[in-house]
Amino acid sequence: MKSPVTFRLNGSETAVFVDPGANLLDVLRRGCGDLSPKYGCGQGGCGACTVLIDGEPHVSCLVLAETVAGRSVETTGGLSNGPDLHPLQRAFIEGFAAQCGYCTPGMLMAAKALLDRNPNPTRPEVEEAISGNLCRCTGYEPIVDAILEAAKQRGAA
Amino acid sequence: MAIHHGRGFACINYPIGMNLGGDPSQALVHSTPDGKFKVTLSSIDLGQGIKSVGRQLAAETLGVPVEDVFVDTADSDTGPHDMGSFASRGTHRMGNAIIRAATEARAQLLEAAAEELEVDASDLSTDGRGNIHVKGAPSRSITVEATATAAQFNQGRTLAGRGIFLVPLSEVDSDTGEMTPVSSFAHAALVIDLTVDDETGAVEVQHINSAYEVGRALNPRLVEQQLIGGAWMGVSHALYETTEPLYPDRSHGPVDFNHYLQPGPGDSVPHHISVLERPAPDAPFGGKGPGEMCANPVLPAIANAVFNAVGVECDSLPITPEKVLRGIRANGGARPQGRPGA
Repeated sequence: MKSPVTFRLNGSETAVFVDPGANLLDVLRRGCGDLSPKYGCGQGGCGACTVLIDGEPHVSCLVLAETVAGRSVETTGGLSNGPDLHPLQRAFIEGFAAQCGYCTPGMLMAAKALLDRNPNPTRPEVEEAISGNLCRCTGYEPIVDAILEAAKQRGAA
Repeated sequence: MAIHHGRGFACINYPIGMNLGGDPSQALVHSTPDGKFKVTLSSIDLGQGIKSVGRQLAAETLGVPVEDVFVDTADSDTGPHDMGSFASRGTHRMGNAIIRAATEARAQLLEAAAEELEVDASDLSTDGRGNIHVKGAPSRSITVEATATAAQFNQGRTLAGRGIFLVPLSEVDSDTGEMTPVSSFAHAALVIDLTVDDETGAVEVQHINSAYEVGRALNPRLVEQQLIGGAWMGVSHALYETTEPLYPDRSHGPVDFNHYLQPGPGDSVPHHISVLERPAPDAPFGGKGPGEMCANPVLPAIANAVFNAVGVECDSLPITPEKVLRGIRANGGARPQGRPGA
């Protein structure tokens, strides 16, 4: 039997009926229509589905949807403020930090969690923060550079 | 027990496109009533950037701002025929087709503008900013937008173009075996510096230095991006990735990303790239594109560098610590090959 779950999705109160055992990724994509978290492996191994729950990064494919009741969930879909892109999004674009783009939403959320708790990370700290996110195209270097650049831009703003 | 340094070299001549019965690509270009242009392709962008490069090529040929061109990588039901995105052929084949289609569309654009301005089309030029001028009379002009509107609402004219680029099948000469399988080659040379630990067999790549000849780099940042990412994949194939572990048998092979090894964000290798631009005569504005060869030369260069470091010749991939150690043991110890001239 479906049960109602209420949580904050990118700052908006959201209510959705979920099947018992449904995972958060599925509920976000099908129940809430937020297609920004991607389904990669479905086993927590690739990080493409990374979202923030109360500010902490989680692979949403391994999170039971019912457990986010009353909590705050952030996805890439809520990163920009209208047409104003988040500094991370701008840095990814300007730094050519995406090719096929499938890992990008997960990378952005893992990076946001890092910058929110550590605004001036070192390069090894950035590498550590995205070490659960696989990228097949970029070789990671442009992504690490973009995250460091976004930290610099946020510091300057 | 020691850490041994090794240097390895590899170079590559890489064919652009393929020759299995001919290699055609088609493109269609048409304008909307407000003077924007749509490029329709059936090849797709998997991250290599054909949408960006196709947009640049179409805008340059049409003589309109790049912001006014949109590339639709449609599907094979609705788009023109294309062999696909593979064989490093995208920029070369699709790019040539786009230029031909855009050339035809530009001719129609100028015909329509000529009718509005009551001049001959051969007297018109575009400024790349959305205007069409009469040569030598800058005050006499019309916008691309007004031209497109007039063409479609008053003149009853389409502003559209068709393009195909075909490399025909090259038959094999039965006497000599000679053929011309491709029309265009890209080239690269690559040097790897690495260390091998003769106690653990671990190989660590320290530096990559490469030189790539890709014709004209139509979008230099995209070229650099391809080369950096491709080299990472080369390192990954050379040292990490396998679905067939040596021991004890196949049933212990990786079944998910947690067991399938790839270098992570902390394993990036500094890579110094020189892009040599030698525009190719039959390529779109001279651009051949880096394509698949951005990964390929990394593998032999690493194998050569491992041999240079410890004298172990690995003839299967990936070059795992186990294979290196077995090789060192079979040789009765590490046999550094030294460096000529060092």
